Amino acid sequence: MDRAIKLQLSTSEMNYFPDEVIEHIFDFIPSHRDRNSISLVSKSWHKIERSSRHQVFIGNCYAISPERLIRRFPCLRSLTLKGKPHFADFNLVPHEWGGFLHPWIDALSKARVGLEELRLKRMVVSDESLELLSRSFVGFKSLVLVSCDGFTTDGLASIAANCRNLRELDLQENEIDDHRGQWLNCFPDSSTTLVSLNFACLKGETNLSALERLVARSPNLKSLKVNRAVPLDALTRLMSCAPQLVDLGVGCYENEAEPESFEKLMAAIKKCTLLRSLSGFSEVAPICLTAFYPICENLTSLNLSYAAELQGNHLIEFVQFCKRLQLLWILDSIGDRGLEVVASSCKELQELRVFPSDPHDEEDNNTAVTEVGLVAISAGCPKLHSILYFCKQMTNAALITVAKNCPNFIRFRLCILEPNKSDHITSQSLDEGFGAIVQACKGLRRLSVSGLLTDKVFLYIGMYAEQLEMLSIAFAGDTDKGMLYVLNGCKKLRKLEIRDSPFGNAALLADVGKYETMRSLWMSSCEVTLGGCKRLARNAPWLNVEIINENENGRMERNEEDEREKVDRLYLYRTVVGTRKDAPPCVTIL
Amino acid sequence: MENVGVCDEFVNLKATELRLGLPGTEDGGEEERQKVSCCKSNKRAFPETEKDIESTGKTETASPPKAQIVGWPPVRSYRKNNIQTKKNESEGQGMYVKVSMDGAPYLRKIDLTVYKQYPELMKSLENMFKFSVGEYCEREGYKGSEFVPTYEDKDGDWMLVGDVPWEMFVSSCKRLRIMKGSEAKGLGCGV
Repeated sequence: MDRAIKLQLSTSEMNYFPDEVIEHIFDFIPSHRDRNSISLVSKSWHKIERSSRHQVFIGNCYAISPERLIRRFPCLRSLTLKGKPHFADFNLVPHEWGGFLHPWIDALSKARVGLEELRLKRMVVSDESLELLSRSFVGFKSLVLVSCDGFTTDGLASIAANCRNLRELDLQENEIDDHRGQWLNCFPDSSTTLVSLNFACLKGETNLSALERLVARSPNLKSLKVNRAVPLDALTRLMSCAPQLVDLGVGCYENEAEPESFEKLMAAIKKCTLLRSLSGFSEVAPICLTAFYPICENLTSLNLSYAAELQGNHLIEFVQFCKRLQLLWILDSIGDRGLEVVASSCKELQELRVFPSDPHDEEDNNTAVTEVGLVAISAGCPKLHSILYFCKQMTNAALITVAKNCPNFIRFRLCILEPNKSDHITSQSLDEGFGAIVQACKGLRRLSVSGLLTDKVFLYIGMYAEQLEMLSIAFAGDTDKGMLYVLNGCKKLRKLEIRDSPFGNAALLADVGKYETMRSLWMSSCEVTLGGCKRLARNAPWLNVEIINENENGRMERNEEDEREKVDRLYLYRTVVGTRKDAPPCVTIL
Repeated sequence: MENVGVCDEFVNLKATELRLGLPGTEDGGEEERQKVSCCKSNKRAFPETEKDIESTGKTETASPPKAQIVGWPPVRSYRKNNIQTKKNESEGQGMYVKVSMDGAPYLRKIDLTVYKQYPELMKSLENMFKFSVGEYCEREGYKGSEFVPTYEDKDGDWMLVGDVPWEMFVSSCKRLRIMKGSEAKGLGCGV
């Protein structure tokens, strides 16, 4: 039977089932992208799908309004929201740009949505929002905040006090004003449901006894990540009453470690046989790391990227025993030699991130990593699919070898610290090296390029990177052709972010329809002018074209000469709700 | 790293101050990158150090201060701030420096201002780590022990403890490392 007819028959057959049955079938499809596709099949499927959708992911909070979201998905239970553009992480976006949580909580609260989970990234969260959240959703279980700011420990106190069913409070790399209050005390004595608690990013003191009591009455606690204020002996007590921990974040400073405290810590650690993930160590003497030797063979995830105190030899000594490691985040103080040890010891490694311990090259030391370490890893770790690598130098030969060794990369992010740095042996551009990567890695979804690059690398990317969804470009390219190769070639491109590259209006305006298929485009310190941006905005009313001005206080002058002015920062994104009303004075929306 | 500034009343004092570096250049802390090997007569010729100068391509004249590009390298500000605080720790009361010894799992911190001269410091280190250091002589370093006390100075070079006058040592020492065994012979930079 013809496949098309079979498909048609099966769909129409399915419609003879009651809605509840179809809904039950949809339950087995968790991916939001697949759910989006399902909703497009027919009107009845759209209706069933939207009323049964519990999880929604919104990659850009300004692409849709809270009211429209709620109208379409009234049974929403879990919401993920992302606010500021990625380059906000590197101080390229003014603090007051936007991404406010409050309108969302306000709308969800008014509509009495049964919200249970909220995951936010790069949003501005206020204490008022957290308070409102805590009071509005009885079944609220999980709050995950990544790179957010705008709130204090008072907001956390509301969450602790009012969310009776709280299972997860996960704060990752947020800027939180620590009022040194007693937020941990605000968890009522009856609160026993915690599964995950991460407050590693809090800078102030922690009420240790409140923490210990909380951990003691949380039998389901699997993940605990404490901040710097928790010293060695307190950590030992915590681990002793939570031997069921799977994920631990350490952060204690020990100047003079007493042999007794060390023994007690080791004893507590030995009992944590379920421990699989370790992180923190931000202010820790090497002794603390050695205490974990008994369980290091069990570890699948290790994040030592904040452990600036640990020198390369400490890191190497530890990592060589972590044979089951799948995820490793580390500082470049591990050196090429350390990476060679990782390559020979950690055969299960899937994701590696090597961060710079000296980002501005102030110390002028030789302990950073080079292409040698990268090649070693690619040769030794067959399961590697994601890498973020900061280094001082690279060669085409190395990248070509890496491509040959690891055709399975999904994410490949290489950052050579010095902009425009060429192949340090041949002095050529790194076009061929990155070209080899995109050609070999057919499943590549995310790519960051660096070093000396001409338009050619973008020709390769456009030609070969068929699955590419996100591309980050800095100090690269020669002409508009470069950007055009990418826009024309990468059919699945969703996010493109470019800084300090010579791409201008011709590239920007060549295919306006392309931006409808993308989430967003960022261009800063490029060659696009105000005139070009204005023309784009006129031709694409479904886009928000935002110009972020250098002078944070002034508005742009409506002067004819300005049309030729280069735009400092451009951020455009598709939206169904038009111009946002909450933009600050430094942002002009065309 | 902050330079304790000279008061305005003593405007000319700076001109007469003895410093390492080419005339006309200022010691501006972390922004200055003066690689003038001829002025560093006190530094022993560690093979690794010389390689450093060649491989990074720095010439023997003062190189311009490295301009920092906004938002580069692309490391989250949160992460940058958390790593940087380590470096600024020695500000404030006393001159605290970390001390590590090869093979010991313990890291210690000592206040250099507590000591008046090298012998006091050495005795304290010997007590702390339960080892003994050999006899120091200017030409050949430490003899008679497999332990060699070294330190990292402001420029990132590894020096032998005792090579420079005490006051210079206290103001330039960033951290101490007691090297052990064969590595100590080559006086390498470590990992």
